[in-house]
Amino acid sequence: MAKLTKEDLKKIKDKVLAKSALKEEGPRARVTVHMGTCGIASGAKEVMSALMAEIADAGIRDVAVTTSGCMGMCSREPLVTVECLGREPIKYERMDAAKMKRVFQEHVLKGEIQTPFALARGEESSE
Amino acid sequence: MEEPMIGSIPTMQEIPFFAHQKLRVLRNRGIIDPGKIEEYIARDGYLGLAKALTEMTPAEIIKEVTASGLRGRGGAGFPTGLKWQFCSQSKGDVKYVLCNADEGDPGAFMDRSVLEADPHAVLEGMVIAARAIGAHYGYIYCRAEYPLAIHQLNIAIAQARECGLLGKDILGTGFDFDLEIYQGAGAFVCGEETALMTSIEGKRGMPRPRPPFPAVAGLWGKPSVLNNVETFASVAQIVLKGAAWYASVGTEKSKGTKVFALTGDVNNVGLVEVPMGTTLRTIVYEIGGGIPGGKKFKAAQLGGPSGGCIPAEHLDASVDYEKVAELGAIMGSGGLIVMNEDKCIVDIARFFIDFCQDESCGKCTPCREGTKRMLQILTGITEGKGREGDIELLQEMAVIIKNSSLCGLGQTAPNPILSTIRYFRDEYEAHIREGRCPAGVCTALKRYTVDAEKCTGCGVCAKVCPTKAAKGEKKQPHEIDQATCIKCGVCMEKCKFEAIFVN
Ligand SMILES: Cc1cc2nc3c(=O)[nH]c(=O)nc-3n(C[C@H](O)[C@H](O)[C@H](O)COP(=O)(O)O)c2cc1C
Repeated sequence: MAKLTKEDLKKIKDKVLAKSALKEEGPRARVTVHMGTCGIASGAKEVMSALMAEIADAGIRDVAVTTSGCMGMCSREPLVTVECLGREPIKYERMDAAKMKRVFQEHVLKGEIQTPFALARGEESSE
Repeated sequence: MEEPMIGSIPTMQEIPFFAHQKLRVLRNRGIIDPGKIEEYIARDGYLGLAKALTEMTPAEIIKEVTASGLRGRGGAGFPTGLKWQFCSQSKGDVKYVLCNADEGDPGAFMDRSVLEADPHAVLEGMVIAARAIGAHYGYIYCRAEYPLAIHQLNIAIAQARECGLLGKDILGTGFDFDLEIYQGAGAFVCGEETALMTSIEGKRGMPRPRPPFPAVAGLWGKPSVLNNVETFASVAQIVLKGAAWYASVGTEKSKGTKVFALTGDVNNVGLVEVPMGTTLRTIVYEIGGGIPGGKKFKAAQLGGPSGGCIPAEHLDASVDYEKVAELGAIMGSGGLIVMNEDKCIVDIARFFIDFCQDESCGKCTPCREGTKRMLQILTGITEGKGREGDIELLQEMAVIIKNSSLCGLGQTAPNPILSTIRYFRDEYEAHIREGRCPAGVCTALKRYTVDAEKCTGCGVCAKVCPTKAAKGEKKQPHEIDQATCIKCGVCMEKCKFEAIFVN
């Protein structure tokens, strides 16, 4: 990235928001694996590997995968957030490779939320 | 289309753990990818820096930070704006901005989480501080035990440099500032400001007397500002949204929010950010979800080895700098350890003083010898060798060690002992006078005894006892010889009739 000026910051913001917004032409869904030290210690890397394998197997191109830090609830790690176009984000708790596979197959691909592992829906409030 | 099942899942706002939090320092948690600077920028990142560099003079930055009421989050709670002002007034063209990411308190992980999840927030705060005091170079002192934090920081620093947000001519304004990470070996004393600077200078991390204060003569004798990770992570928002916005949350003298690492006997172990002045009860019972197994709350330990315990009778106390200090603990950097009724308070005090005597650098006598002596006395008490007068001796030593130690380590090391004596003196006395540990933790004070009514004389205890302390005639009530019993508890575990108990 080239050296930025103050004006560039706003442009980057708009560009990122436009690019990351879910849409019909893709990305249609986004899966975030929370990978702070606490998440990794409880198995987030295995969850991420399982997710990548599922995506490769399914040959899907319109699902974005990203990582993020700790969401605060270290005791429920690994945590995964699934966002699908036009739906509220769902946070899944205490994930492992098998649960990730199921969430991918059922929720990401077919839109069926896996309530047994769901912790919450929506987003945290911040100022 | 609404899915039929979705209504059964609570919203984030309906879950007490999230509902009672207020996210400022942690505002990007779980949202951005810390490895992508553009995601930070998309959350208004670096706008605070842009404002500081293009619309404000250094004096105005300091004024804004001072007016916000922000106090250092590393422990002592010194007003950040005032610290910057002192340093800005020091003469010299070489000054340093230093970030304290040593985080040595047992059970604390606030700074690690911030660095892992939102490293740019810390960098942005440091550049703003540099502009305020006129510094052009800085260091982040981070313990090597935090590999992921260091990894994320390295990525963030490289990206910020590439974007011209670190280095020469930042945002095209002509201001230069760059920084590097200095990895510490993880000694607790290196979190102390003068020891930290000595360590960066390549020498053994030991404190030196103050004055001169770092604002006058810090790293390599140059005027320096040292702030905690969370302090720096608060700065950009203050500059961007203003002092009044920041001060709109909190108590009269403690403004803003505080991040706590909530651990111990609590259902929701995790990282929480709450407005200053939130009650301990809200943190433990609402956010923390209470104590597992229906156990009772005994005390919360705040401030780690420099802090103290707050007992159940003060659960409704407001958690702010003044109130916490009044109760004999300190706000500290944010370690909050919840203890249930099964914890022995003398054992807890012993744990912390053991930590301090281990981490004492040895430079000054009161800390080096004093913490060791206090540990000996406490160990004696937990082993049933406590003597009448031990409590008074501990209190007397505490005052001397606090008053005569060179640095904050020794000056605060007696706090956990003083605060536990203040609230749980009867527990110390039970150990000393009755040879009894009310919580049943201190092994040496345990007494395994047989209930003759329930004992059938089956002989299982005698068979499993490794020292043959459990014995008796077949079909007759057995006994445990206290002199040879090593308190391993195997007899109690194996007894099918619950005839063996411990007190
Ligand atoms: C023994 C000892 C250990 C300390 N450890 C830390 C630490 O790990 N992190 C920290 O920010 N401050 C620590 N401090 C406090 C620092 O000396 C200093 O006050 C602080 O970093 C200043 O930043 P602040 O004003 O933003 O809080 C420690 C102090 C002592 C005496």
